[in-house]
Amino acid sequence: MIDLPWDFTAIPRFFPGFYAAALLTLQITFFGILVGLILGLVTGLMRLSKNPLINTPAKAYIWAIRGTPLLLQLMIIYYGLIDLVNIERMPAAIIGLGVHNGAYIAEIFRGAIQSVDRGQREAALSLGMTHVQAMRRIILPQAFKRSVPPLGNQFIIALKDSSLASAIAVRELLLRARQMGSSTLMMLEMLMIVGIYYLIMTSVLNLLMGRIEKRLQVSDYQD
Amino acid sequence: MPMIKIRGLNKWFGKLHVLKDIDMDVSPKEVVVVIGASGSGKSTLLRCVNFLEFAQSGQIYIDGLEANVKSKNLHQVRADVGMVFQHFNLFPHRTVMGNVAEGLTQVKKVPYKEALEQGADLLKKVGLSDKADVYPAMLSGGQKQRVAIARALAMKPKIMLFDEPTSALDPELVGEVLQVMKNLALEGMTMMVVSHEMGFAREVGDRVVYMDEGRIVEEGHPDQIYQNPSHERTKAFLGQIL
Repeated sequence: MIDLPWDFTAIPRFFPGFYAAALLTLQITFFGILVGLILGLVTGLMRLSKNPLINTPAKAYIWAIRGTPLLLQLMIIYYGLIDLVNIERMPAAIIGLGVHNGAYIAEIFRGAIQSVDRGQREAALSLGMTHVQAMRRIILPQAFKRSVPPLGNQFIIALKDSSLASAIAVRELLLRARQMGSSTLMMLEMLMIVGIYYLIMTSVLNLLMGRIEKRLQVSDYQD
Repeated sequence: MPMIKIRGLNKWFGKLHVLKDIDMDVSPKEVVVVIGASGSGKSTLLRCVNFLEFAQSGQIYIDGLEANVKSKNLHQVRADVGMVFQHFNLFPHRTVMGNVAEGLTQVKKVPYKEALEQGADLLKKVGLSDKADVYPAMLSGGQKQRVAIARALAMKPKIMLFDEPTSALDPELVGEVLQVMKNLALEGMTMMVVSHEMGFAREVGDRVVYMDEGRIVEEGHPDQIYQNPSHERTKAFLGQIL
């Protein structure tokens, strides 16, 4: 038998030592997505406005965020703005991930809203609804349903992207793995533990989104 | 006083002049059937009356009051003008009852319980009491269109507009929708109907309006238009569809 330079029995031994870091990863992701959803909805609606005073800022935000790396955005918020505001690492990570995802989620919402048949809006207006009522009661509910699959995708990306918070010293999973790897000299084993954590979390998220998708399908049954 | 009064209406889509100097009156309780080839402007005219499209010039008066793109109360004007669409446009995320009650609770601010009672009456009227709790996806085309009619009627509109209400239906489902429309006409509803259903027009129509290339070419009693049209273009058109 070949003698491997790794000790994979370390994986179960050290696995529980990553709970706290995993919790941080989940927190960054959860609150980052929350910020992203709010920003995304507002920006997505602004982007659809015909008024250039409203849609131009939305377009500029989406353009700037999608055109630059998240890592750079995190560094700007945490290191770059230090003379202006001193943001703690966790809030910085959450804001960074939130602002970043907001741009993508805005485009998801915009696409979903535009995909709702225009007859829906016309039917709502012809009943005497205002534009706001038509949007809130008729178009958005249908658009939200259609955005669930792409949103699930985006949430998984966000979860994995939260690892970039390691670059601004948030002790989430990846940073924890590198620190543990250095101190135990078992780098691959520690990185693999983190890989397992990510796989578990993304799988649960996938399952969750699938459930939501199914539940929203009640009105789609044909005969 | 006419229920709908249209004066000098002109509408362009870009360079395309789709409505040319339309003048038209629809009296209370009158049933006007608008016919014409596709692209003649008949649907656009109907959509202008409900302000889903806005004409570039001309006036539209609904029950004596002028409304246009600048009107602040357009949604209130629209609530008085029911519209039935070719493709039904039911709200797929709401049950049949939800569709019918939506305007009542949201626009008329009727309490939910009362809206359900009124909704039940309306569904009974269109013969769909047993479908209150199903989603539109489970209905046939004819049933969908009857729900759409009930949904529009819920607002107690002064006028009902029908934009090719049976064109998207399988032939065997056309009758049930026309029957509901006939009943409505007999009850005295003011109706403007874009449709080529000659049977309907002759049975309950008071007037048939033939449109071609954005103009009203000819109008008159259904029997006269269908049996003895005075314009060559009307003759040619009727020859094609009959």
